[in-house]
Amino acid sequence: MEEIKLSAHNLDLFFGKKQILKNINIDFPKNKVTSLIGPSGCGKSTLLRTFNRMHDLSPDATIEGVIKLEQQDIYDKKASVTEIRKRIGMVFQKPNPLPKSIYENLSYALKIHSFPKDEIPVLVEKALKESYLWEEVKDELKKPAVKLSGGQQQRLCIARTVVLRPEVILMDEPCSALDPISTHRIEELIMSLKENYTIVIVTHNMQQAQRISDKVAFMYLGELIEFNTCEAIFKNPQKELTKNYVSGHFG
Amino acid sequence: MIKKVKYLCDWILLSGSTLTVCLVLVVILWDIFSKGMSSVSWNFISHFPTDGMTKGGILPAIIGTLLLTLITTIFALPFGVACAVYLNEYARPSFLTNIIRACIRNLAGIPSIIYGLFGLALFVQTLRLGTSVLSAGLTLGLLSLPYIITTTEEALKRVPNSMREATLALGATQFETIKDVVLPKALPGILTGVILTMSRAAGETAPILFTGVAFYINGLTTSANQEFMALPYHLYMLSTQHQSIEQVRPLAYGTATILILLVFSLNIIAFYIRFKHRTQD
Repeated sequence: MEEIKLSAHNLDLFFGKKQILKNINIDFPKNKVTSLIGPSGCGKSTLLRTFNRMHDLSPDATIEGVIKLEQQDIYDKKASVTEIRKRIGMVFQKPNPLPKSIYENLSYALKIHSFPKDEIPVLVEKALKESYLWEEVKDELKKPAVKLSGGQQQRLCIARTVVLRPEVILMDEPCSALDPISTHRIEELIMSLKENYTIVIVTHNMQQAQRISDKVAFMYLGELIEFNTCEAIFKNPQKELTKNYVSGHFG
Repeated sequence: MIKKVKYLCDWILLSGSTLTVCLVLVVILWDIFSKGMSSVSWNFISHFPTDGMTKGGILPAIIGTLLLTLITTIFALPFGVACAVYLNEYARPSFLTNIIRACIRNLAGIPSIIYGLFGLALFVQTLRLGTSVLSAGLTLGLLSLPYIITTTEEALKRVPNSMREATLALGATQFETIKDVVLPKALPGILTGVILTMSRAAGETAPILFTGVAFYINGLTTSANQEFMALPYHLYMLSTQHQSIEQVRPLAYGTATILILLVFSLNIIAFYIRFKHRTQD
């Protein structure tokens, strides 16, 4: 029996009056990679962003249902949103390094969570090594992060998330703005990160989903259609919609 | 063929308009510099006026204008930026915030003499600050606020949302996000707006008329509760109110030259900041 890290129960999400997510029930296993797939506009990014409360920024979003990180109710009124975002990190579609140096991009995250000053350099180095970026940047840590290539920037964004030691890492199409070589490096990185982190990734790329996922969730028009192991979804889908989508008939 | 003629007409009309505008600027500058440069010298900017303003320099007017601009900025900058941050970062779009924005835009359209009257009523009389450089600076600050708020809001809007999301997703509070990422990123834009507003405020005459400017004061203005001399008002007096207007005309042109140079140098600083920022991106 696999251990459940993150789960959603009876989750509905509305933007204004429009319902975007319809009664989603899903359990993400610990230290596994789960992919969310589905055609554009099916709500997979929206679902991803409910897990670290990014919808708090949109005034017209209303969320019903329960999301739990282990036993912690994420939308509990008493829960601290900053603490939740520290435990559930996020990597965005477009690399978005802060307008600071490479080093500060990581140290900033540690500073706002009041890590002891003397530990910061060690933690930064460790995170950059885990993200396969250390060898490329160790001599120019003071360089502005925007000077890095797109792929390096995205690995920096992953390092910035990893440096806080979150429990879950959410990734919203992290490779869609990258070339194939950078994509390959990020995929390798994801495979190594799952040793320690629970990863939920949104992807449009079927091959990528097959390469990296342990489990795959197929969504369509705001509903979770099918959720199973990677092999089952791609080799033996139970639903007609899933079968059509993974075989490339639409989407 | 007809199309070609039409195209040519459009071109002549548009480039002609542009040329006319440039020509007006050149004529104004030429008029002032050619008549003013002869009286501009080190002595002119470093000495007090003498002999009933017919000789000497304009040092107290320069100091007065600089001091006035400084007070204006100290007052308007923090208030204006804070207001823009509230409107752009915190306030949820609603009917009320739209009303507030419309009010701020309308404030920018109020004639500056009205600000002068308001400053007289509020700062000079009600708050008993007297006719002083402080009252005048605060009045000009009020006049500058809408410009600073609007330009700051524009600068904040240009900070991509992905920056805010990046910081928030790390578990930063909204205040930390604004303080550490959004404001530094918007700073060049904010500074450009502030400097341009300062250069505009430095040339204003009407708002300071009732609130503290003096035709002549003995000695320099050194504290905020004193009256002061200012370049635009000095120019106004020399060119319209002096008993021997013909005699002081070169001094008036000299004053205009100095005022224009001051405003130009502020504009060039603003231009430089914007240019430097653009090459960094």
